[in-house]
Amino acid sequence: MKTIVQTAAFNLGAEVNAMSQGRTDIGAIASFVGLARDVNDGSGVQAMTLEHYPGMTEKALLALVEEARSRWTLLDVTLIHRVGRLLPGDPIVLVAVASQHRGEAFAACEFIMDALKTRVPFWKKEETPQGERWVEARASDDAAAARWDES
Amino acid sequence: MKLRVLYFARLRERFGLADEALDFAGSTAADLIAHLQTRGGVWAEELAAGRAFRVAINQDIVTLDAPLADNAEVAIFPPVTGG
Repeated sequence: MKTIVQTAAFNLGAEVNAMSQGRTDIGAIASFVGLARDVNDGSGVQAMTLEHYPGMTEKALLALVEEARSRWTLLDVTLIHRVGRLLPGDPIVLVAVASQHRGEAFAACEFIMDALKTRVPFWKKEETPQGERWVEARASDDAAAARWDES
Repeated sequence: MKLRVLYFARLRERFGLADEALDFAGSTAADLIAHLQTRGGVWAEELAAGRAFRVAINQDIVTLDAPLADNAEVAIFPPVTGG
């Protein structure tokens, strides 16, 4: 299990290869990468800066992985989230989940992202032609996270 | 009780403050919010009933009825927007 907050970019291929290196019990790895977009809420985005709450962020990421492990049988999880200034096209977040079968890997990967969106203290500030603005939380993210409470 | 209070993101900018040490007489997170509202101005505006903000005590997000303890680290911040 690996949870990291970092400013540097990450490499999906390298992370996924590292998960299965030297072991043959993994049958499935599902992964998700979130990227910085060049448009949001109807205006162009030239860059964004991610702020976080050092200390709580690391604890909250670890708690997400532990909750996923309590819900599904997982062989490994890698969760990396970047902070600092990012440009459109830059990778922001990586989740990779290894399990014996695909169902658990898919479900746990989606759960971790949905929960991260509402529980882990990161905030995005965008640079647009109209000036800087803080990204507002979306009700659809709360709804996505709430789905997992019912199952 | 003595508290360390942290502010993040939009609230840090609006309050013009990242953290402060407080000597506080209340007992819950709600009491602390009420105390901060009495500062008026942006404090009253941003922490008004119905405004969306989150409170964490010792790095766990809590509801406003959560009790505070001496030397707690309290953080007040907007709903998170990572991912």
